[in-house]
Amino acid sequence: MSEPILKVKDFSVDFWVDGLWYPAAIKMNFELHPGKVLAIVGESGSGKSTTALGLMDLLASNARRSGQVLIKDVDMINVKSSTLRKFRGKEVAYIFQEPMTALNPVYTIGFQIVETLRNHFDMGPKQARSRAIELITMVEIPSPEQSFDKYPHQLSGGQRQRAMIAQALACDPGLLVADEPTTALDVTIQAEILDLMRSLKDRLNSAILLITHDMGVVADMADEILVMKDGLTVEHGSSDQIFNRPKHPYTTELLAAVPKLGSSRKRVLKVARDAEPVLKMRDVTIVYPKRGRIPAFTAVKDFSLDIFPGEIVGLVGESGSGKTTVGKAAIGLLPIKSGSLEIVGKDISKASQKELFTIRRHTGIVFQDPASSLNPRLPIGESIGEPIFLAKLAQGDELNKKVEDLLEQVELPRSYRNRFPHELSGGQRQRVGIARALALTPDLLIADEPTSALDVSVQARFLDLLLDLQDKLKFACLFISHDLAVVDILAHRIAVMQNGLLVEEGERDQILNSAKDPYTQRLIAAVPVPDPAEQRKRREARLAGKR
Amino acid sequence: MKIRRKSKEQALEELTIESGENAIANKEVEGLTQWQIIRRRFFKHKAAVASLIFLTFIIVFVFSAVDANFGPIKTKGWWKWSPDDLPDLRFGDCPNDTIGCPTISIVPKFLGGAGIGLGEHPFGQDDIGRDYFSLVMKGTQRSIQVMFIIGFFAAIIGTVVGAVAGYYRGIVDNVLMRFTDFIITIPAVIVGSVIGAKFGNLGAIILAVYLGLFAWTGLSRLVRGEFLTLREREFVDAARVAGASTRRIIFKHILPNAVGVIIVSVTLLLSGAILLETALSYLGFGVVPPDVSLGLLINQYQDAFTTRPFLFWYPGFFIVSIALSINFIGDGLRDAFDPRQKRKITKKEKQNARAIARNQA
Repeated sequence: MSEPILKVKDFSVDFWVDGLWYPAAIKMNFELHPGKVLAIVGESGSGKSTTALGLMDLLASNARRSGQVLIKDVDMINVKSSTLRKFRGKEVAYIFQEPMTALNPVYTIGFQIVETLRNHFDMGPKQARSRAIELITMVEIPSPEQSFDKYPHQLSGGQRQRAMIAQALACDPGLLVADEPTTALDVTIQAEILDLMRSLKDRLNSAILLITHDMGVVADMADEILVMKDGLTVEHGSSDQIFNRPKHPYTTELLAAVPKLGSSRKRVLKVARDAEPVLKMRDVTIVYPKRGRIPAFTAVKDFSLDIFPGEIVGLVGESGSGKTTVGKAAIGLLPIKSGSLEIVGKDISKASQKELFTIRRHTGIVFQDPASSLNPRLPIGESIGEPIFLAKLAQGDELNKKVEDLLEQVELPRSYRNRFPHELSGGQRQRVGIARALALTPDLLIADEPTSALDVSVQARFLDLLLDLQDKLKFACLFISHDLAVVDILAHRIAVMQNGLLVEEGERDQILNSAKDPYTQRLIAAVPVPDPAEQRKRREARLAGKR
Repeated sequence: MKIRRKSKEQALEELTIESGENAIANKEVEGLTQWQIIRRRFFKHKAAVASLIFLTFIIVFVFSAVDANFGPIKTKGWWKWSPDDLPDLRFGDCPNDTIGCPTISIVPKFLGGAGIGLGEHPFGQDDIGRDYFSLVMKGTQRSIQVMFIIGFFAAIIGTVVGAVAGYYRGIVDNVLMRFTDFIITIPAVIVGSVIGAKFGNLGAIILAVYLGLFAWTGLSRLVRGEFLTLREREFVDAARVAGASTRRIIFKHILPNAVGVIIVSVTLLLSGAILLETALSYLGFGVVPPDVSLGLLINQYQDAFTTRPFLFWYPGFFIVSIALSINFIGDGLRDAFDPRQKRKITKKEKQNARAIARNQA
């Protein structure tokens, strides 16, 4: 076996906060050989990104590193910053989560690749340009010559991530650190990027340190897996061992929390569809009006959907498909251009401001981003109580009592009424979001990707809570998500959207088992499965399909 | 079954220690309200706290030294002279045969000085013998009053214009911002001198109000920018869904989140205001005699520059120290309101931490 390129011994990172050192990663030990992929898995806050950034001293100034990190037998802890700079980019390259923020928006991608090249090699501009074009070709960005002169905003999300990979690969690094490389991407693009990373790794024989929380991605890529929790290594083993014979209960728990397609508990799916639908959309078209030089944009076209009382409908699609727009229109936050949209029998498109007020009492919405959906300057009790207060249903002590009841309903302590959003974790904030949405016991709940910002284990608990509440309160729900596996757990019916059009709609099992539309089929096929063997099979099928 | 069942308290406890993405970074702010966090950050900024204490001291000192009016309430000063008194002009005991030199002494006797003490006229006397200390105190009172009045009006107008423009966008925004641009293009000194020439004789307070009507432009642009980003946040949508009126959304939901920007820029606006007042008064367009202000004092005695420079020093000292301490306070507030500002760890703190770690081990 070849010499490992990365050796980490007793590596710890601490952060200095308010007079004390807090450990973020404790005594990490691992090795990485060329051509291999080591995945570090864990929930947010477990210290996986800290470890990855700590290898090359990319941490904030209040961090302290100790132990040993050897890259090509050079210690990276007690090292001059000039040596460190030489290693960064040349020997160790990073791929970050969000390509839009990791690439500099005022320079073309070609310029940024050339910059990396000329920092490390004695290279003329012409030579660097041709090498950069070669790299852009390698990462399969269409028409490399033209793409060289494009700015990051002119590329799609997937292409941006490819450009970042090209930049990372510019100096043929021995070690590639990929920090959540596909989290910001849609599933179909995620599959392509993972394929690309795998083929490049094989071609260049570099090692990859993969940081992710997505078990499906891990199953697809990793040779070895390291599970982290609260800064500690919980389990370390081969991919096969971790997935099939996990030793530590936390690993088991983590694996169990991953939603799997088609394996959900079979809930009773009978919903009476003879009643009047709670939400009735007929040929709804939504247009974002022209603003300045930006032309008007049709986000949703001829969209029809019914939701009956007590029914959960999952709305699935990739980013930009218009699913959030539908959700916002359904609650009257966006005007519709044509068609009709009825909530509990009242047409929202023709409603006056006053009527809208009463219609909204029948609806509630849970937003995507728990960090931005609660007013940071208001205690959460006030946020939850606001709909009740404004509907003039209760005031003073009575209102406080109601708020506390709602908190209890979403399994939060009653005393949390006076806390502020920043004191809560993401999962807790999202529960507050539900409590607020349910404050007026609505007939219709719109949930706009409520779990996309949450860890898998937190997500599992959140989905359980939502199902329990739905069982109890029997509200109808439009659940918007990009994750088919999540929708599979919840929904009675599934609607699939692409580019503002409703592609397919039907019973859950019918969609998941026998989808008719090719787009739906592609979407289902691209969902990563937390099982290495299954992933390999699909990968081969995908590659065969390509050829 | 008994073992598997967790008590409710246990389950709740687990919830509270749920680790989040910023669990470590949030250690510093655990269990504190937003205002407590801001206060703590502010008090860690040493220059700002020192400036705050210094400014408070100056204000209390100045307003208690000579007679002051707070609207209908009149207070008596503890200083023996008032600006209207006409004591005898001192001759002879001054260096270089000047008249009415300051009697304040800060060099102690054992260092060869006259000992620490105020004397009869600590800041000296003006041409006709008036006590310069009481004049400077009166002038500082005026300047501080003018400064706060300008700040108050500019803050209110700037916030409202910026909030309305940022919230409604579109045509409202366009009209208001073009109007703002129009105001900005007129140089402050010209506006000030026109206003001063027209309303200066109505008294310093009226003048300050009019100046406030022109000082809000920078603030309104900042507030507008803040509103433009905040109105896209999801909690604004959530409030709208909850049935909140536009007024409630602006004042209850968005404005408290923009208050950081407002406080910081109003503070910095204040130091600009005191400088504007002194500049205008110096040019003769601001406060007019018999009233006094710091700028006016400098203007009146500019001929004395070569022979009796102390007539410059004292008003100058108050102008500079007030403007400087307000700027430091603004700096501290900006740091306190900006969560991205991370304090640097000093060497000493690192050593302390190491010592603690050693003791624990």
